Amino acid sequence: MTATSHQAAAEPIVTLERITKAFPGVVANDNVDLQILPGEVHVLLGENGAGKSTLIGLLSGLQQPDSGSIQIDGTQRAINSPRHALSLGIGTVFQHAMLVPTLTVAENLLLGGPWWERPRKERLREKVDEISKSLGIAVDLDAYAHDLSLGEQQQVEILRALIRDSRVLILDESTSMLTPKGIEELGSLMRRLVNRGLAIIFITHKLNEAVSFGDRISVLKLGRKVGEIGPDRFKSLDKAELTTQIVEMMFGGQHSEDDAGFHKPNPLSTAEPPVLVLDGVTLESTSTAPGLNSVHLELHPGELLGIAGIDGNGQKQLADALSGQSRIESGSITLNGKRIETHSVGERRDAGLRYLTDDRLGEGTVSTFPVSLNFLLKQIGSPPYWRNQIERRADIDQHAEHLIQDYDVRTPSAHTPVGRLSGGNIQKVLLARELSDGAKVVIFNKPTYGLDLSNTVSTRQRIRDIAASGLGVLLISTDLEELLELCDRIAVMDAGTITGIVENGENARTEVGRLMVGLSQ
Amino acid sequence: MESTTTPAGTVTDPIQAMIHRLLLTLGPILIALIIAGLILIAIGVNPLEYYGYVIKRGLLSPTGVQQTLTRMAPMLFIAAGLIVAFRAGIWNLGVDGQFLLGAVASAASAPLLAAVMPSWLALIIAFSLATTVAMAWSLLPALLKAYHGVNEIITTLMMTFLGVSLANVMVKLVFLDPGTTVPQTRTLPVEDRMFRLFDTTISSGLLLGLVAIIAVHLMMTRTAFGLKLRVVGANPRAAVHSGLGVPSLTIAVFAISAALAGLAGAVDILGVQGNVRADWNPAYGLAVIPAVFLARLNGFASIGFVFLLSVLSIGGESAARRIGVPTTFTLVLIAIVLIVLAIAEYADHRYQNARRT
Repeated sequence: MTATSHQAAAEPIVTLERITKAFPGVVANDNVDLQILPGEVHVLLGENGAGKSTLIGLLSGLQQPDSGSIQIDGTQRAINSPRHALSLGIGTVFQHAMLVPTLTVAENLLLGGPWWERPRKERLREKVDEISKSLGIAVDLDAYAHDLSLGEQQQVEILRALIRDSRVLILDESTSMLTPKGIEELGSLMRRLVNRGLAIIFITHKLNEAVSFGDRISVLKLGRKVGEIGPDRFKSLDKAELTTQIVEMMFGGQHSEDDAGFHKPNPLSTAEPPVLVLDGVTLESTSTAPGLNSVHLELHPGELLGIAGIDGNGQKQLADALSGQSRIESGSITLNGKRIETHSVGERRDAGLRYLTDDRLGEGTVSTFPVSLNFLLKQIGSPPYWRNQIERRADIDQHAEHLIQDYDVRTPSAHTPVGRLSGGNIQKVLLARELSDGAKVVIFNKPTYGLDLSNTVSTRQRIRDIAASGLGVLLISTDLEELLELCDRIAVMDAGTITGIVENGENARTEVGRLMVGLSQ
Repeated sequence: MESTTTPAGTVTDPIQAMIHRLLLTLGPILIALIIAGLILIAIGVNPLEYYGYVIKRGLLSPTGVQQTLTRMAPMLFIAAGLIVAFRAGIWNLGVDGQFLLGAVASAASAPLLAAVMPSWLALIIAFSLATTVAMAWSLLPALLKAYHGVNEIITTLMMTFLGVSLANVMVKLVFLDPGTTVPQTRTLPVEDRMFRLFDTTISSGLLLGLVAIIAVHLMMTRTAFGLKLRVVGANPRAAVHSGLGVPSLTIAVFAISAALAGLAGAVDILGVQGNVRADWNPAYGLAVIPAVFLARLNGFASIGFVFLLSVLSIGGESAARRIGVPTTFTLVLIAIVLIVLAIAEYADHRYQNARRT
């Protein structure tokens, strides 16, 4: 691949050649070529799981490639550690600020110096003055990190990279927690930085940011680089055309090998009155998580409704609000005609609302407890497994044996701690627990995340069967293919808001894709 | 990858497993005795003489055994209280304060009550007073933990400092026995105290303590309530996910744990001491906390460790008088046992892992 640089003299600072990195069960980067040139904002685009984070991990020295080469200034180098990456001039600003909140900005910037030296605060002050003046940013060195806004914290991190003479700056989803104004400021700061000859790798999920701030765009998809738009083409196209091309790269071209290509919506599903209605469901956002912004959804019996969106846009909050794990601030949730928004987790479960969490070990199970007890985690104390609150071991074991057989859970015994099972088998334990009698609506949160192929296939079949049996299914997933394969309708979440609902069909892929990257339908 | 993870390398034969566990417990205790022996040599005491004396006084002499078994009673109650708390993942380190306040409450009330009503009724009322006072003392840490997530290790420890001081002040100022010059509470006459077992000096508190710890063990392992507490302890997020009322369960744990500590105080006063002297603080909790960990929070194993502790403490008190080794050496010994056991546990874990791969 030849560099089509707009500055004829510019040599790439970093060149990646045929980089491949595999993890058990998934190839995260597959033969990726990438050139990072000075004076350019290089945008990396791709869905969750496209391989962006792995690529950044390789560049910042957190991981080593399985094959391929990394060249820095034309010579082949191995980047052994984050410290090594910094010394090579590659600085990374991670998605979540990594400042020590109880230290001042100056102290944070002085961290990591040689331990035998006194921190040279005066020299730091001079250097910071010089850099911040030329960039037009104001940084108070004596402010405590926890008093800074997220945007200011990010500026400090960028400053940190500049103090160490970084030539390549990686901004990993830096805009995801910023206000629109903060994003605008970051954009112009990036422009000033590249004008000084820096190279910036900018990772984002928002297409309009990519188009307004970038010089060059590379699109990753399932670990492969599927396209690149260089600066010349970037300039020659107007925004709308550029956007269309990128959407096509990200979501198009996969009109599949298997016959139908898309899922046919279930015609019966909307005939009956909805089994679950969310109206104006609102939840305050916190410093680390988005809230919910007046969410309205209707789910009919037998319907499979997908919730698409980039990870961390309120999907988890929606699931928690529905299951009762967090209380909503306003709005209503109606299950089978009954308001349940003030009900407890247990009451909602009894009413038929079931929730399969994505955090299978973190909250779904108690990993040190046997499989048999994990089956009953949400029914502790109820007969026939407990009589007069006394445990009935024989009944509990029998129940476990039945479920292990029905759901084909591969476990040495019903008494094995659930944490020893594979992800797929833990998922089966959760399925068995949630689908037991009385389920009316099932919420799946990323049900196939981390599963191998055969378990993914069987889990998806099970989800289909559940909907076919007349239950309402809400499927939260960041995997667009999964949603297109299974769902009748797909709603897209962005920053806690449902930005659109798409009937699954021929054009659903592009429509959902556009909504996911922040464009309107 | 699809796999049915087999617990390869774990010992499946129950007898073999039992021997394994026994070796892993007794071996370190032996090593700890040797290390502690070296310390004794360093301070100029013959370790064999010390150990021999401790065993003779704590275990082999008739009065010693009776004292040992009597001493077990409050420790068993405290152990029971700790097991409930620790299994539920709540670090109630304030048992000593709760114990002492329970002791003072029963010591202050029992002699007065016994003068006006049958002694059995007086004892029951004194017991319930001790329980109530101890529970009340744990209320603040409980509420802070349940509703604000304030670390209970800090709050219960601070409440213990306050509780111990409060108990002393109460003895010196409010409940002082006007009949003596020694600062202490009124003394419960021997005939009004809890009855003794058979014709010995062993207090019936021992039986109550055994009942308490076995009841707690069964509650934690066999009942729905115990399982809920264990879920909260093992994975609080899973407890929320499963719809358990974590705050109310947390408060319940504090209440039960403190109540048992308060009962421990009452049992010691109403069965053995008869009164509370000012500045009296046996700090049983400090010794029992490591013991229940050694027992892996198992009620039955705790009985064994409490017995051992009791032997060491009764024998150690005598040895202190005879050989001049301070009584706190018992705690040094227990600490060494705990450290060696932890190291053994770690080494065994590494070994098992190495064998598995």
